[in-house]
Formats: sequence, C-alpha cells, structure tokens
Amino acid sequence: MTRLERLVVPLALLGCATFLLVGCLVSTNFATFTVEGVAQGLVYGSLALALVLIYQATHVINFAQGELAMLTTYIAYQLTQWGLSYWEAFPATLAIAFLLGTFLQLTVIRPVQHRSVIATVIVTVGLFTVIDGVVNWVWGGQYLTLPTAFGFGSWDVGGVLIQKFYVGTVVVVLASLAGVSALFRFTKLGLAMRAAALRPASASLAGVRVDAMLAIGWGLAALLGAVAGLMTDADPVYTLNPTFMQAILVFAFAAAALGGLQSPVGAVVGGLAIGVLQALVIGYVPAITSQLQLPFAFALILVVLLVKPNGLFGNRQLVRV
Amino acid sequence: MRGRILPLGSLAVLAVLLGVLPFVVSDYNTYLGAEVGIFFIAVLGLNILTGYTGQISIGHGAFMAIGGYTAAILSRDHHTNLVVGMIAAFAVCFVSGLLFGLPALRLEGAYLALATFALAISIPQLPLQWDKYLGGSTGVQSSSAPSHLLGITFPAATSVSNRWLYGLAWASSAILFVLAWLILRGRIGRAFRSVRDNEIAAVASGVEIGVYKTLGFAISAAYCGVAGALSVLASFGSTSTGSWSVVLSLELLIGVAVAGLGSLWGILAGAAFVGLLPKISTSIPVVGTDHGRDVVYGLLVILVMLVLPGGFAGLLARARSLIRA
Repeated sequence: MTRLERLVVPLALLGCATFLLVGCLVSTNFATFTVEGVAQGLVYGSLALALVLIYQATHVINFAQGELAMLTTYIAYQLTQWGLSYWEAFPATLAIAFLLGTFLQLTVIRPVQHRSVIATVIVTVGLFTVIDGVVNWVWGGQYLTLPTAFGFGSWDVGGVLIQKFYVGTVVVVLASLAGVSALFRFTKLGLAMRAAALRPASASLAGVRVDAMLAIGWGLAALLGAVAGLMTDADPVYTLNPTFMQAILVFAFAAAALGGLQSPVGAVVGGLAIGVLQALVIGYVPAITSQLQLPFAFALILVVLLVKPNGLFGNRQLVRV
Repeated sequence: MRGRILPLGSLAVLAVLLGVLPFVVSDYNTYLGAEVGIFFIAVLGLNILTGYTGQISIGHGAFMAIGGYTAAILSRDHHTNLVVGMIAAFAVCFVSGLLFGLPALRLEGAYLALATFALAISIPQLPLQWDKYLGGSTGVQSSSAPSHLLGITFPAATSVSNRWLYGLAWASSAILFVLAWLILRGRIGRAFRSVRDNEIAAVASGVEIGVYKTLGFAISAAYCGVAGALSVLASFGSTSTGSWSVVLSLELLIGVAVAGLGSLWGILAGAAFVGLLPKISTSIPVVGTDHGRDVVYGLLVILVMLVLPGGFAGLLARARSLIRA
C-alpha cells in the first residue's frame, strides 16, 4: 500500500466532517438533521462495536446481538416497573446484560465455537428465535413505554433546536465507549483480552485464560448492546416492542461493514457515517421513503464492500496464488 | 455395485412411502407434507451453496420471494400454467443469483453473511414501495382460471387441492434432487468442493473460483425460486408480504444445518425439521402459544447444533459405520 492510498480514508473523512460543519453553519435545517444523525449514529456505533468485539475474538457475527439488546431494554423496563427510577435501573441493567452475555457464551457458544463458523452463526440464529419468543411470552407484543431518560425539552443553540435526549444519548454513548476503550487499553484484563483475540494459542501459552476472556468479551458486547437499546428507547419516537432493535441491527451491520469488522474505531466512525447519512437522506431526498430505507442500507453495504472489501479501516489480506 | 444397493434401495423405499402418504393421512397432514416438500427444494438449493461450495447465505428467502412473485405475476398478467410459472421462477432466480453472486465474489465469510442478510431484509420492502405492480402488503394474486399444458388440465392457483400441491411439490423435489445429484457428482461438483475446501489449491489446479462461486449462487437461487413459486401455490396463489420475512431465510439455514452441510442424505430431515416443528410445537399444551413455539424452536435448534455436529447426515454416517463394524 502506498502512502497516498493510506491517506485516502482519513482525507475523505476530514472532507466529510468539513462539509458537515460548513453545512451546519449555513443552514439550521441541515444542523438539525446532523445533530439527529450524530445521536442516532452513535447508537448504531455502539451496537456495531458490540458486533466487532465478538467478531475480532471469534470471527463470528452475532445475529442475536440486536435481540439481546432488546431483551435487556425490557429488563430495564421491568426494573422501573418494580419501583426503581430510570437512572437506578440503568446501571443494574448494564450489570445484568454483562452477566447474561457471559452466561450465554459459556453455555451455548463455547461448545460450538471451535467447530465451525457456520455452526456458531446458526446457534446465534437459534438464540435470536429464543429471545424473541421469551420476550413475547413474558411481556407480550404490545407497545410499552419506559420512563423518559432525559425529558422532552430542547435547547436553542443559535436558532437550532437541539432536543435534550440527543445530547443525553451522545454523552451516555461516548462515556460507555470511552469506558470500554480504557478497559482495553489501560488494564491488565484488557491486555489479556486483546491477546486472546489476536493470538489465542500464544496467549494461552503466556498464561491467559483464553476461554474466560472470550466469555468476558461476550459480556462486554451485551453491555454495549444494552446501552444501544436503552438509548434507542430514549428517543420518544421509539416505543418498546419486541422488534424495535431489528432495523437498528441492520444499520449496525452496515456500520460494522463500512468500518471493517476488525476495527473498533471503524465501527464507531461507520455508525456515525451511517446515522448522519440516513438523517440527511431522509431530510433532503423524499424519493427514499421509509420503505426504501432498509434497501438503501443494503445498497450502501454492497457498494462499500465492492470498493473496500474489508471496510474503510480494515487491512486487506493479500493471498498470492 | 454392492455399495450402491443400500442407498438406491432406501431411496426407492422412501419414494414409495412418500407416494403412498397422501392417500393414508388426513387432508391437513397432506398439506403439511407438501410444505415439507417445498422446504426440501429450498434446503437442497441452499445446501448446494453453503454445504458444497462453502459460501454462507442468510438471505435465500429473498430468492424464494423473487420466485414466488415471478410465478404469481405471470399467472396474473398472462394466465400462465403452474409448471410454466415454476420454470420461469427457476430461470429468473438463476439470473438473480448470478447478478447477486458477481458482487458477492469479492466478499468472504462474515461479510458475505452480512450482505445476504441485508438482501433478506430489503427484498420484502420492495413490494411495499412499488405497490401498483407488486401489490403492496396484500401481495400479488394469481389468476383464478384453470390452465392447460400438454393436454392436462391444471387447477387454478387459487383452488389447488392439497393432494395436487403435495404431488407437484414432491415431483419437483424428485426432479431437482436428481438434477442436484447429477451436478454434484461430476466436474462441477468436484470444483464446488475444491472451492469450499481450499481456494488456493483449487486455483492452483485450474479451477476458476469466480465462475464456480457465481454458479453456486445461481443454482441455489434457482432452486429457492422454484420453492417460492410452490409456496405461493400453497397460500392460494397469493404472495402476501408477511411470508417472506428474514425468519424464512433463517429457517432455510437452520434446515441446512440440521440436514448436515455438504450431504444430500439428511435433507429430508432438515426440511421436516423446519416444516413440521413449528406446527407440532403449537399443539403441545403450555407452550402452545405462538411465542412458546418460538422458544421451543430456538432451543431445539441450539440443541441440535450442540448434540449433532454433522447434522442428520452425520448421524446417518455414524449409524452406518456402527452397522458395518
């Protein structure tokens, strides 16, 4: 790869950022769409990061990630029904999500993960069905509402109305992303987890308990998913129902594919890009109706993968024949 | 020759059993049998791609949808015969599979899974967008007039009896099974397996990887197209959008896993698993709700993956080696 090629992606991103900034200064409409897109994009990003964490360690895409996030949001709902306030239920839900993710890895994923990718993917598909059924069984299919996380008001910033929950979402997601990356970068546990994901055999020779690390990885992914679920529900437009994370999961897939499944930074940047693009397209291109949003995401995934088969931040693996 | 007697004999017994079945069981069970036949074709098709060529797809329900809509639109606009509709579905899906397979050439493993999943999610949205031609959420309704082909009068798609449906589904299954067997035993099948087992070695031996991956996509899509056309028949000639959700694509993949990847012998078990299990579990008390059914279904899928690594085909192989020993 030449130096020029290496500069293409950062330069293109810088260009996009400049475009957005200028647009926001010029038009208040544009600014409104962008803020909405950033908040939504960060939610995609955190779910995409959850996918990437699992993909890095085991080369498996967890198709149940969205449903897991949906289940944990229902658990948060139940906790508030039992009398906890929203912000008391929030950390409790994250803890439960972590335990649930770890538990699932230990019980159903570990026995198949060494067998084949397809077997593991099918187990996650089975999990998808089970979680869907359990939630419908316990809470029913009707729409439920969580207490609002950030209230309904909005702030006026230079003529642009910014809703409070957008700001709240951005803060919460960024905080959890910072927490996870600090864990990976600065703690011994994080180092061990990175080692287990990168070189399982060498890591286990060095005394890292690889299996335990993989289980913790699933727990962290479930935790990030819970953040995504709870923050999706912070948007008053979304009400809690058993399918509310499915479209979000597709956009998270698109984000992860865009950023490259191996790159945590790529997942977040990809999520932001997809979120902003989606908000702008809905705002400015009436031809893309709500029915065409998912096909649009699909076309986007295909185009990105055709141009950069390993995503924007992925490294190409060269094979010579 | 001796090695051939057991498989051929068991095939013959199976064919006789399947032929007698609709005359001894109830009308509803005949319908269920037809559904299994439809799944048989789709699972067979997906197994050619995932099991033999090693390319995962979580989106073959989309090709079933394309096949179903092709047959229904032809019937609505041109009053085509059932069989002609199925052949058209085969052809249209073959071409769609080629068109999807070409860009998919650049994708591997997980990325391919993502792209096919996105396909499964987006195709069912299209009828809602172009509702004038594709019928919106109610779908396309096939013509209600009977049709003729080669001197045989075919019932209209709207009034096919369950026995007819059963016969058509299993006759198509038999033809497509033989076709798959012929394809897979020869040059093409060897090329497919070499792509699956070791791409680099395959290229080094002169196998054009791109051609065979795309061909695998096209053939499997065409099989799913026929299954889609049949499943439109099974719902009184209508292509209601609800029947093509992602769940359908997931069911096909589950069917392949239960059948056993890369084997033709387990497919009946895989098709019966996805075709019958949801219906059986609704009749069990306590779990007999829709959602209880999902729980049981999902748990069984996980259990099968944990207990039967090679699917049903692996179980058969183990039983056979036990008999020999």
